[in-house]
Amino acid sequence: MSTKHPARGATAVRLSAITKKFGSFEANSNISLDIMGGSIHALVGENGAGKSTLTKIIYGIYRPTEGDLEIRGKRVRFDSPRDAIRLGIGMVHQHFMLIPELSVAENIMLGHEERPLFGRLNMSQINERIRRDAEAYGLGIEPEATVGNLSVGLQQRVEILKLLFRDTSIMLFDEPTALLTPQETEEFFSTLRKLSRKGKTILLITHKLDEVLAIADTISVMRKGALTGTMAAATVTKPELARMMVGRSVLLRVNNPPANPGEIVLDLRNLSYRTPGNEESVRNLSLNIRAGEIYGIAGVEGNGQSELLQALWGLSAAGTIIRGEALLQGEPMRGKSPREIAAMGVSFVPEDRLRHAVIREFPLTENLIFGRHHESAFHRRIGFDGAALGNFAGRVIADYDIKCDNPATQPLSSLSGGNQQKLVTARELTRPAIKLLILAQPTRGVDIGSIETIHRKIIEARLEGMAILLVSSELDEIVALSTRIGCIYRGEIRHEFSRDETEQKRLSEQDFLKEIGLHIT
Amino acid sequence: MEKKSSAIVTPLLSILSALLFSAFIIALTGRDPVMIFGKMTAATFASPYGSGQVIFRMTTLILAGLAVALPFQARLFNVGGEGQLQMGAFAAAVTGAMLSPDLPAPLSVPLTLFAAMAAGALWALLAGVLKMRYAVNEVISTIMLNFIAQAITGYLLTYHFALPSTVRTAPVIASATLPTLSALFGWFKSSPANISILISLGAALLLQVMLYHSRAGYELRASGLQPDAARYGGINQERHTLGAMAGGGALAGLGAANLVLGYRHCYEASMTGGIGFTGIAVALLARARPLRAILAALFFGFLEYGGLSVNAYVPKDIFMIIEAATIIIFIAYGAGAKP
Repeated sequence: MSTKHPARGATAVRLSAITKKFGSFEANSNISLDIMGGSIHALVGENGAGKSTLTKIIYGIYRPTEGDLEIRGKRVRFDSPRDAIRLGIGMVHQHFMLIPELSVAENIMLGHEERPLFGRLNMSQINERIRRDAEAYGLGIEPEATVGNLSVGLQQRVEILKLLFRDTSIMLFDEPTALLTPQETEEFFSTLRKLSRKGKTILLITHKLDEVLAIADTISVMRKGALTGTMAAATVTKPELARMMVGRSVLLRVNNPPANPGEIVLDLRNLSYRTPGNEESVRNLSLNIRAGEIYGIAGVEGNGQSELLQALWGLSAAGTIIRGEALLQGEPMRGKSPREIAAMGVSFVPEDRLRHAVIREFPLTENLIFGRHHESAFHRRIGFDGAALGNFAGRVIADYDIKCDNPATQPLSSLSGGNQQKLVTARELTRPAIKLLILAQPTRGVDIGSIETIHRKIIEARLEGMAILLVSSELDEIVALSTRIGCIYRGEIRHEFSRDETEQKRLSEQDFLKEIGLHIT
Repeated sequence: MEKKSSAIVTPLLSILSALLFSAFIIALTGRDPVMIFGKMTAATFASPYGSGQVIFRMTTLILAGLAVALPFQARLFNVGGEGQLQMGAFAAAVTGAMLSPDLPAPLSVPLTLFAAMAAGALWALLAGVLKMRYAVNEVISTIMLNFIAQAITGYLLTYHFALPSTVRTAPVIASATLPTLSALFGWFKSSPANISILISLGAALLLQVMLYHSRAGYELRASGLQPDAARYGGINQERHTLGAMAGGGALAGLGAANLVLGYRHCYEASMTGGIGFTGIAVALLARARPLRAILAALFFGFLEYGGLSVNAYVPKDIFMIIEAATIIIFIAYGAGAKP
């Protein structure tokens, strides 16, 4: 047992120049990181920053494309999680790996029965052992209770006890507080402190900055697959962390001429959104957008942006309660289907391109009319007008600089992410008679060249008089494009920068980013 | 993404592997596989009568395959082709027998076929409604509906529609029957192949056009490939779920054209004989592409009749093994090709 526990202060896990590629996509690039024994180390970053991939490498689910992994000073090569578990590494997944029908004790010993396959289980001995572990770490739980009847917080305790049962010394937690109540979170933190005090090494993955600052000893920030910094928690502030998470070091050089907004196009009045799980993700949100202006919503992901977008596009999950009003030039948008909303003059670039905006298997031309296939200009008899489609495709492909070979037959999946996104942008910006354009993460996962094209087109659309709602986790994108900026935090617009403020503060970008950082955390 | 070459190579490779496998099994029964395959070919494609028998089987198999292929494109697995075909055949026979004998063919044939398609469509639609309203998985409901269809047709036949001391219904009126190719043109001498093969080929062609060249097909395929995106794209998926199931059921029911109007001229107990299930194999081998379903149906038609023709040497069951092995190997190859 003692061999599994590194001395406090010694390196428990060392990553050296780890790179993980999926096809041509680099989920982790050249990451070097030391996790000290007995410390609580937090790994923060936005969704898709590569945190999970990195954790899965430590846990043996993925094998790194390049680079070395050392556990307690020894180079290792994991073929499966079994190898990692053998070295005392354990993981609590965001979605628990528990069997609800079984008891706490049965779940804990599962796969670790220490008995021959048909041997008799000594349940009282196992229960005793679980009780002892639970007491040592303040994890009050009844070993004979059925897991399905336990609260989420208690289920998490079962997961932790599972790790203790296996004598785990390096514990990985993936978004452990995502489903916990504030009270449960407090209890969980006190457990973490006890674990750490007893020499367990803890790696915490999260994007909740308050929690990180409250519990972690060391913090590493990831962005777009790369490590942007590792620092002692005591030496860093929340706005600094936020900026490291969501900022982008690319120079954005879009020319953004002064705006001359017209009448109000979109008017949101006290919009609230309560999920079936009774979580209020959008709270009394009010804002309006005028013709010819870009309203940027700045914020860390998960503060109600997705729910706001779904509500505007008529796609809220069943059982959701929406209150308040969403008016498009005085006409209500609530209760309408996506097709009806599009017909009102709304165009939408969803945040998850591959899941929501395209059909990967369809050729480019068919994707260029996807969602617009109701427009009669593309129709011919029962099908589509091949010539009209070809013309349209040829025009936008040239205009948006989409690099492809044969748009009529080439499947969308053969394009790079940047070209896919340009295609979606082209489709949505060329809809006839757009009044409101909603852009969600318009340049996520897109190369710099494509970002420039897309940004130029967005400004052009604004100059044509469209009202534009821009939601992005890239603060510099918000700053570069917006006419006005609303800072969203926990479902509310907490602060709004007026047109004059925005135009003025844009001139000293770094200070502006810092100021926004204060409002979104 | 499916590559052009693998679209042809994989099916051929799996057929070849399955044939090799069955050659091995035939050898195990003590027969010479080369001799058996030789006899099979002689009894099928080498003779006009045999070719006619293959075409006759292929006619229903195409429709049974399309009945699975259409819902498959909308990500629905219709395992209920057999029940839908039974309901269709029964409806066709009963309708065809009830019509006035003076009704001319241009009326009686469409009426009878409409009844067959409507019966099949409604039967499949039940599964569609159950899925949408009560989230009942269509695989389970269509399997269960197969049993129910079997029982309903059996009951109606025995207690209400069977001619005394037989297990068949009264014959359909003469004008509602479809002539054999042998009677019309002297082709495929005295085989049951009839002009309903044109209906099957037409249905495959029509479905191909509907799926790949119409707006409805575009929406339906999009809903099948990426349901979330379809929702964002303003596509009414519920309509496509119901439409695909009803369409599949109607295609299965249309199989009555061959079995009832073209061959038996009545409904008979167990006349469908599992063709609806072989339709699943046809659709899988064709990867749910309507035109490829014609070739797949030809292959399975050959196995079915070819197997029957060498029944004296090797048990027919061997050929059921080939059918199943082809599909399993095909799916395994397909999965192996993925990254």
